[in-house]
Amino acid sequence: MFSLILKRLGVGLITVLAVSMIIFAGTKILPGDAAQIRLGQQATEANVAAMRERLGLDKPFIVQYANWLTNFAKGDLGVSLSSDVPITSLIGDRYKNTLFVSSLTALIGVPISLMLGIMAAMFPGSLYDRILTFVSVSLVAAPEFFTATLLVLLFVFALGIGNAVVVGSTENKGLFELIAHFALPITTLCFVIASQLIRMSRAAVLNVMSSPYIEMAVLKGIPRKRIIFRHALLNAIGPIVNVVALNLAYLVTGVIVVEVYFGYPGLATLIVQGVQTRDFVLIQGLGMIFCLTYVVLMLIADIAAYASNPRLRHPK
Amino acid sequence: MNSSNDHYVAPYDDAVSFDELPDSAPSHKFRLSFTGWLGTIIVVFWTIVAVSGPFIAPFGENELPFPDAYSEFQAPQPGAWLGTDVSDRDILSRIMYGASRTMGISFLATVLAYMIGVVFGIGSAVSSPRVDMILSRINDAFLSLPTIMLGLVVVAAVGSSIPVLILTAGVIYASVIFRLSRSLGMEIKVMDFVEAAQARGEGRWWIITKEIWPNAAMPLLTDFGLRLIYVILFISSLSFLGLGVQPPQADWGSMVRENLGALQYGTSIIPVIAPALAIATLTVGINLIVDDVSAHSGGKLSNRL
Repeated sequence: MFSLILKRLGVGLITVLAVSMIIFAGTKILPGDAAQIRLGQQATEANVAAMRERLGLDKPFIVQYANWLTNFAKGDLGVSLSSDVPITSLIGDRYKNTLFVSSLTALIGVPISLMLGIMAAMFPGSLYDRILTFVSVSLVAAPEFFTATLLVLLFVFALGIGNAVVVGSTENKGLFELIAHFALPITTLCFVIASQLIRMSRAAVLNVMSSPYIEMAVLKGIPRKRIIFRHALLNAIGPIVNVVALNLAYLVTGVIVVEVYFGYPGLATLIVQGVQTRDFVLIQGLGMIFCLTYVVLMLIADIAAYASNPRLRHPK
Repeated sequence: MNSSNDHYVAPYDDAVSFDELPDSAPSHKFRLSFTGWLGTIIVVFWTIVAVSGPFIAPFGENELPFPDAYSEFQAPQPGAWLGTDVSDRDILSRIMYGASRTMGISFLATVLAYMIGVVFGIGSAVSSPRVDMILSRINDAFLSLPTIMLGLVVVAAVGSSIPVLILTAGVIYASVIFRLSRSLGMEIKVMDFVEAAQARGEGRWWIITKEIWPNAAMPLLTDFGLRLIYVILFISSLSFLGLGVQPPQADWGSMVRENLGALQYGTSIIPVIAPALAIATLTVGINLIVDDVSAHSGGKLSNRL
């Protein structure tokens, strides 16, 4: 068990290295170099050369990569090319904002979706189940900005609650004010993860429900509720944790579109700006943060799958 | 009291036939359900729009329907049935142009992803374990990245244009196809008929094309719809972020972005909802068909992913 987890951690570490290489190499094939961009077109040859030396751009590729990686590990993300400000100060409060919205989404969205999914699995084939399946099949295939638009129509236009765009500062506000402030982005993200979560948790419980020991419990005459809560659910916990971690990983991508849609002051809007201004120091740093979060969540998903399934733990 | 009621009679339903018993032979009849038909109608509709859109659109992509009365976000009216957008262009015409662009790019990217993924996937399955391991590890690194992040890095590096979009989406989604076709290849490779062919002395090329490919083709094809959905969503999301199809070219994702102001300032909802609805109906329509097809093929598809 532990050796397997260690092995998976090792694979995760290698993945992170590979990811960092992809990101670093990807932003390095840009035409033009950082020194030239920072100094502008009018800079003299000597100035550019001095700047190159200061940024370490004259060193071989491997050395640059190693320097960048060690700096990243130390929390130094470098200096933005377009605004000449350290990336860490650009990030500032944005990190908290993104974390706030994602964690609230997880806190609200995950329990509700799990409940809906498990209830659907309790009554498979019922009207409730079919409606829920149809809605989640539709939602899973719809883009995030479609869900966002529908919610804006419903809340802002029809009910007159909330704003279609997140404006104003987030400082000096109580928790509930903040929640009201961010209500629409959070609701959208909840829908984004809910559609997947409902389908996958339903499938996870149904999968356990079709195993022989549940059939045995049915034959013994145990009431349905007891079978689900005492027999099936305990064995479905592993797959469900796996499903939750996977969906939180999807949240990393979902948050990019939703933040841009609502003009939300988070990390994702920053990286999109970075791509538009071709500020690749910014893209490298933020890209790594996003990918790291994603890889860690995938790792948790895998370990949950290992821990819950004896067949994976002891492969033949 | 009627005595016949005392005897238990098993409920008989005309709809239940032996074909539906769990261990019956797989039926080859394939019928679409109601939702499947709905999906087919939607997809056929958008395909027709995509193919004929540029020819039958009432206005050009960047043509102003009312050049004399310039005003952004005009309400729907005769002449411009869906109103006008942020630059006073006809939304209906732009949706028709956007259909061919969004669907064309996505379709080509998915086909490209299949070509790369299947060649490397089946190739990896039949090559030596070492080659297989190296290819799989490289593929795992790609799979462990959020797709939109890869897209962002590529667009930042080389800029956005339609060929770049097709190539990027094709390569990114090839990794999923790689995994699928590799596992199919592995599964089929150890089957008796392949071993029989090997014992007959057939070469590797024969085994790939005549034994493995025909058996892998169908499951791969049923997966095509699902991949197409993800590619459409990927391309539209990139365009929505302003990093995909570039203005003034019409594309559904970038149309949502351009006209977002209409919604945020409460001017009008059609400029945003129309392109967003176009994407949503298309992807949901494909998904409804995919659901029917995968239910028909026993839902085994989802287990492989």
